[in-house]
Amino acid sequence: MSTPFYVSPEQLMKDRADFVRKNIARGGSVVVLNYDGGILFVAENRSRVLHKMSEIYDRIGFAAAGRYNEFENLRQAGVRLADTRGYLYDRRDVTALGLANAYAQLLGNIFSEAGGKPYEAELVIAEVGDRAEQDQIYRVTYDGSVTDAHGFVVIGGAADAVSGVLEGTYTENPSLGAALRTAVSALAEHGNGEPRELSPAQLEVAVLDRDRKQPRKFRRLLGAHLTALLEDEPGADEAALEENGEAEENAEAAQGDEELDANSLIDEAIDGGAEHTDSEDEPTGDDDN
Amino acid sequence: MGTQSTGWSGGAAGDYGLMRAAFAGTGTSFTEFLAGYNSEYLPGRRAASLGVPNGPLPFDAPHGTTIVALTFPGGVVMAGDRRATAGNVIASREIEKVFPADEYSCVGIAGVAGLAVEMVRLFQVELEHYEKIEGTTLSLDGKANRLATMIRGNLSLAMQGLAVVPLFAGYDLETAEGRIFSYDPIGGQYEEHNFHTVGSGSVYARGALKKLYRADFDATGAVTAAIQALYDAADDDSATGGPDLTRRIYPVIGVVSEDGYHRLPESEIAELVQEVVDARHRRPDGPNAPLR
Repeated sequence: MSTPFYVSPEQLMKDRADFVRKNIARGGSVVVLNYDGGILFVAENRSRVLHKMSEIYDRIGFAAAGRYNEFENLRQAGVRLADTRGYLYDRRDVTALGLANAYAQLLGNIFSEAGGKPYEAELVIAEVGDRAEQDQIYRVTYDGSVTDAHGFVVIGGAADAVSGVLEGTYTENPSLGAALRTAVSALAEHGNGEPRELSPAQLEVAVLDRDRKQPRKFRRLLGAHLTALLEDEPGADEAALEENGEAEENAEAAQGDEELDANSLIDEAIDGGAEHTDSEDEPTGDDDN
Repeated sequence: MGTQSTGWSGGAAGDYGLMRAAFAGTGTSFTEFLAGYNSEYLPGRRAASLGVPNGPLPFDAPHGTTIVALTFPGGVVMAGDRRATAGNVIASREIEKVFPADEYSCVGIAGVAGLAVEMVRLFQVELEHYEKIEGTTLSLDGKANRLATMIRGNLSLAMQGLAVVPLFAGYDLETAEGRIFSYDPIGGQYEEHNFHTVGSGSVYARGALKKLYRADFDATGAVTAAIQALYDAADDDSATGGPDLTRRIYPVIGVVSEDGYHRLPESEIAELVQEVVDARHRRPDGPNAPLR
């Protein structure tokens, strides 16, 4: 019988952390930031189907970077947790802090569990309040550490570099358009390698809109509204948050899908999960082949 | 997971138990997840597990009474009176029995109010949960079928007299029209055309709608017909409440159209109710339908 190698806990954790960091670093970044009417999510994402940001509950949004299948599992778990709490207690009893803590415990346990592979994902849980000072943004990393952010937070591959740019360019309480342009230019400067232009078709953008009349505050910004915001057209802020005309937005988004190359749907973030992406892309890829 | 206690409210450890269960969960149905996590959280499951004896219950549970729904070109209207009765006692004169199920559908309830309200809450979460997990909404038929499944889950209590009889209506985005679905206590589901009513006053309300319904109603016409039908139900059924002008308690009326679910503001209903009541002062039995 051979004696097993002794690996010190320090070394074990460091190896795992290095493994995760290396893989997250290959993917794109997501910026989450406050604007004067709520919380804005911005990411580079060519896919309209495989989202990096989604709704968890009335006032709570979720953004993730890393391996798609892993953070999608985490997202669904968050939806189940939030819906169960809201059903058993009250809708107001579902909070971003509770969710962030539950995610932290889950990810922390997965990270240190012997035998398993740590999750290659970083999350942002954001909650929009009735007033700006009640907004909460939490970042949860792969090892289960939680930090709360004020103003903006960046996760994913170039998180540090993009944060560095935002330190200089982000101002308190920007308008929606200004916040979006700040985030997009920071992402463009430090995406993956070279600085470049990011067009609306390469972006995934969503808001938690404080003033939305419905209890569910999360909505995506698509199509013409997004273009108008990026180009700083007058009145674009109001138009983007207007409830009517959603149908046209969706129609435009659908048209945009057809123009996308099937291969471009496979984002860097989901590279490596080959068997997963194959099945995911089948329905959208058919027309193009 | 079936033995989770309810003690996890503030405690992080308990929330973690739920998170573990949520993380292990699969599928798109919230009801199924909840049943797997702790089936006692499902509507009526506690009463069922206590083994309520066969035969009449030892107490009178409040019952909801009359719901009417009718379609018009471009949508559907649902209205419910405001009374709940327990035996011969009026348990509530301002209960609400018409609820939005999601953005494009609504559900009205008759039968045991306690169970029915709980079932509607679960149904609302069920639809929203599917939408968030899948990133797309269920078809209107899909929603109607989910509700039938939930009623079937209540079968053992229905056998003991605790039946829930909802009426489901919504705007079908595929066919661009309002549609109505009715259910029996066993969970049977039937699509209704033009109009339908449920609850103790339903026979009288349906009789009224037979004479009043027009295929070319606009939304206001359909709402007025619903108010007339509820008036007739209250006229002949002691368990249905008429419009209470002294307390200003009016029926709850929801309209579902291309623009989604919209609950009519009280001021608007008050105006229409006043018109109907004024006309009844002149002719207590309501509008006269032509004989031929």
